[in-house]
Amino acid sequence: MKYETVIGLEVHIEMATESKIFCSCSAKFGAEQNEHVCPACCGMPGMLPVVNRHVVDLGMNAGMMLNCHINRTTTFDKKSYYYPDLPSSYQTTQWFAPVAVNGTVTIETANGKKDIRIKQIHMEEDAGKLVHDDWTDTTLVDFNRTSVPLIEIVSQPDLSSAEEVVAYLERLRSLLRFAKVSECRMEQGSMRCDVNLSVRPEGSDKLGVRTEMKNMNSLSAIVRAIEYETARHIDALENGTEELVQETRRWDDIKGKSFAMRNKETAGDYRYFPDPNVMPVVIDDAWYDSIKASLPEFPEVKRARYIDAYGLSEYDADMLTQSRALCDCFEAAYAECKNAKEAANWLISDCMNILNKSQKTADQLTLDGKALGELILLVLDGKVGRGNAKKILIAMFDEKLDPAKYAEEQGFIVSNDTGAIEAIVKTVVAADPKSVADYKNGKEKALMALFGKCMRELKGNCDPQVLQKLLKDTIDSL
Amino acid sequence: MKLYIAKNEGAVGKRIALDDMILTKDLPTAAGSRMLDGYMSLFDATVVEKAMAAGYAIDGKLNVGEFGIDLMGETSYYGAIATDGHLVSAAAAAIEDGATAVLSLDVNGAPRRAAAQSGTVCVKPTYGTVSRFGTVPAACSGECVAVTAGTAADCEALLDVVAGYDAKDGTSLPDALRGEAKPIRRVAVLTALTDGVDAETVARIEAAKAALSKNGIEVAKIDGGELIAARVAWNILMSAELCNNVSRYDGIKYGYRTPSYKTIDELYTNSRTEAFGAFLKTVILFGSETLSTDTYMKVYDQALRVRRVLVEYFKSLFETVDAVLLPACSTCAYEENVDPELAFTENLYTAPASVTGLPAVVFGGVQLIGDAFSDKALLQLADLCEKEGK
Ligand SMILES: [Zn+2]
Repeated sequence: MKYETVIGLEVHIEMATESKIFCSCSAKFGAEQNEHVCPACCGMPGMLPVVNRHVVDLGMNAGMMLNCHINRTTTFDKKSYYYPDLPSSYQTTQWFAPVAVNGTVTIETANGKKDIRIKQIHMEEDAGKLVHDDWTDTTLVDFNRTSVPLIEIVSQPDLSSAEEVVAYLERLRSLLRFAKVSECRMEQGSMRCDVNLSVRPEGSDKLGVRTEMKNMNSLSAIVRAIEYETARHIDALENGTEELVQETRRWDDIKGKSFAMRNKETAGDYRYFPDPNVMPVVIDDAWYDSIKASLPEFPEVKRARYIDAYGLSEYDADMLTQSRALCDCFEAAYAECKNAKEAANWLISDCMNILNKSQKTADQLTLDGKALGELILLVLDGKVGRGNAKKILIAMFDEKLDPAKYAEEQGFIVSNDTGAIEAIVKTVVAADPKSVADYKNGKEKALMALFGKCMRELKGNCDPQVLQKLLKDTIDSL
Repeated sequence: MKLYIAKNEGAVGKRIALDDMILTKDLPTAAGSRMLDGYMSLFDATVVEKAMAAGYAIDGKLNVGEFGIDLMGETSYYGAIATDGHLVSAAAAAIEDGATAVLSLDVNGAPRRAAAQSGTVCVKPTYGTVSRFGTVPAACSGECVAVTAGTAADCEALLDVVAGYDAKDGTSLPDALRGEAKPIRRVAVLTALTDGVDAETVARIEAAKAALSKNGIEVAKIDGGELIAARVAWNILMSAELCNNVSRYDGIKYGYRTPSYKTIDELYTNSRTEAFGAFLKTVILFGSETLSTDTYMKVYDQALRVRRVLVEYFKSLFETVDAVLLPACSTCAYEENVDPELAFTENLYTAPASVTGLPAVVFGGVQLIGDAFSDKALLQLADLCEKEGK
């Protein structure tokens, strides 16, 4: 018999906010243990939650990117369970009226396009982290992550293979990074997912027994886990190797196997109820419209526009549309210099080089696009040499500056004084009779050496064509 | 008997006392529970900050029943509040001791009941007008910081100081809503809630009616039997919220931790078993049950619906009258060793204001409930009636 796999995902994504969801602690990754904590996110009595409006902005944003209906009145609820990393013993989440419902995400695989339905997107707070100290055999708690805002994106069981799951996760990542909802970094845990999987005979409309694998945070592990679980389910159905039960399983990527978790860890009644301390959030038209207006074009729409309207190559368009930051910078630079190819080149090669050297990603680009456009214009107008322009670019990564003013301060402005250039050319030529002779004997390289020496003397501030001509004329006149 | 959990011997000038549900940096806050014995807050409650900024000195922390739920303070870890037969509340004792007024968290009406039985004045303000930031959370959807004093004027003076919008409390209301107090002209006695009270309480209701009439207030009568449901709804909401709010006390981060545990489950169970009192455990279990998946729609959701119905009921009531008059308790006599479960029945009189968030003022042993934001008007009326009595 042929079988098909039915998969639904719950994807947890940490939102890119400065502060936590209900207090003003920093939400940034990578601090010392318990550095980003306060009485509120430690669950001390007396603190009251005050909703970070930006979190709701991003929740709406995500909902709109995934074609969801936005609930204009959205509420927060308490979910109770005991665990040492949950300081108040309840998680504030959205159970009754999540911010967004009923969306779709279109994925593309080798089999073509497919719409994956989104059941809902809700906002909630993250929990802390337990750290086991083997030396003293104690477990310690780090509350830095408690109350960091998350969205959970719940899909319908519309996915049917590991390939589709990967395409879906990559699509979510691309859309949410474009909308600046999250950096979606699986390796830092800012994107992780629970995989719900069941298997049924092909064509059947009845769902099989479902198992859930929680907290998966790498694409390759997800692929292996889905393949393993699918095979295990089919084996159980075909050969009766085991009886499938609805349960939560833990994926052990090293062993390449999933294991049933003790029932105790998963059973429980969360006793959801509306949080009386958080008033319902009412999204009025002005708020809704402002978020709608701030949505970016979808990456593939941008890509097509870059090719059609700006004449960029497919390669350049692909490179730029990998990151919203690159796109924003490109568009601002283009608006200034009106030369798409130049703007793309500067970003894809020079800017990416600088970012790579400091181990940053394209999303971390903070360069002012308008200033980049001004710099490109200085080069195109022959006012600054390319070599010096690259030095200016490096400086622009360190501080906000006006390229023209900076070029002047640094003495990078190309001289139009042919008399001064000629004088330097004469000195260089006089000091290097050997190269002159070599050139006259047909060695083109010798001319390049002389050209280089002149350029150095001129500190690069010279139109290369003017210099070339003057150099040739000078040698020819000897 | 322990009235003060912690006394600030250095307090001079205009002194106020705080009940032990209000957090202070400089004095311990235990909420009447072994769980928080000796607990030092890292911050002051907003009401404490405001009172101190206005020149009040903090006299000390007054004993309360465990997490403010019971009506008589008999479930405090530090012993029942009053035993000497004539002082029936820690607030009244502090006032007799020279405090101008007392701030307490009115979770289930205890401050109002105490005021009625000790002959003091107490205002439970409109929900959202006084910040709850820095109060030990018990039943957040209805509890308010109440002011108790010897006179309505002293109550109003401190209420003016502590009321106001607070960005640190998400349920805090804008100051503009408080507005000017509209005078109260018509008061209706709730007969359904006056039946079954003792003779002394009936006499006080009659005295209050007489005082109101003398001040030109039209006094009418309505049944008001609908409000009996407030008690049942509030018991459900309060217990559920309390169960959730005290779940943070798990022995992990602060507060009491059992000396005997091997596993995390034993740490939780033993810490909570040893630190919480019997009555609190009853409330936790009841609250937990109301929220379980099987009963949520049948019980908790129904209570939320009753709350909305009662809010509407009062709204229609206030189209014809400006306030309602009712007892604050069924008996004026203080009894020792009462059953803590009275907290679930005797709150018949206090639950209507708790569950709807409406303001209530207790004076002369009776209670007035007014429309939202009528706090000052109620206090001014109480002031007039007080003068009548003298
Ligand atoms: Zn915090």
